[in-house]
Amino acid sequence: MKTGEGRAAAQRDESALIARVLAGEKDLFYELVRPYERMVYLTLFSIVKNETDAEDGAQDAIVNAYRHLSKFRGDAKFSTWLTTIAVNEGRQKLRRAKRAKEDSLDEPIEGGDEEYSPAPLTDWREIPLEALERKELREELRKAVQALPDMYREIFTLRDLDELNVAETAAALGINENMVKVRLHRARMMLQKRLAPILKTTAPARKGFWGRMP
Amino acid sequence: MKLNCRHVWDHISDYIDASVPAELRADIERHLELCEICSAILDSTRNILVLTADDRTFELPVGFSKRLHERLERELFEN
Repeated sequence: MKTGEGRAAAQRDESALIARVLAGEKDLFYELVRPYERMVYLTLFSIVKNETDAEDGAQDAIVNAYRHLSKFRGDAKFSTWLTTIAVNEGRQKLRRAKRAKEDSLDEPIEGGDEEYSPAPLTDWREIPLEALERKELREELRKAVQALPDMYREIFTLRDLDELNVAETAAALGINENMVKVRLHRARMMLQKRLAPILKTTAPARKGFWGRMP
Repeated sequence: MKLNCRHVWDHISDYIDASVPAELRADIERHLELCEICSAILDSTRNILVLTADDRTFELPVGFSKRLHERLERELFEN
């Protein structure tokens, strides 16, 4: 986590970098976007759901950011602006792909009767921290995120992977902040529900050993 | 106020993000001290977020940065 001061300094550096790119030092653009390439890729991946399209889309989004850099206003953070471009790029790509397939899949309807309750478990704390180091757990988490309904996967990616705050996520997705919170809560509970039993079976039982997580 | 488990679950996400009002936060914490189930749910959800934030969980494809750099070189200097 960056401190507030560190973040402000980073933002100043970024503004200076942007000004220099616009003044003709084009090669500095790569330096500007380099800290965000993972974020852009993951945002695209959360929308298009396959590696090839996500990489193409991420490149296109970054190229678009370059082309429109002069339109960037300092009132938003550069990372938020870039995420908005990435989200739009992903959605466009999806629309083009859907049109090509003449797919008529509808977006899932918000709300519904589904309950968003977590999986109750009592022995989670018996799972040693080393278990979280396991490869298969990371694989299960990837699968679980991939399996989330689209709108929940997008929110979860922006908030918990890209680490945008609620306001930035709302701005990037064009929805209100309360919607971000509600969907994020549901996304996290869906993941908890799906992963809790898997974690229980992958970790050896060590009753009475494990205390509270730090 | 005395909370039931269901009520605590509804606020777990906001609680993790430290975006619940102080009074509710205190109520949740009182409940968590006594309720094994809710504490385990909280811990498990936190663990999932720790695992999510681990760079090894969601990685860039191998060679991504290099290919991006090459594409930018073409865009920036050839057009």
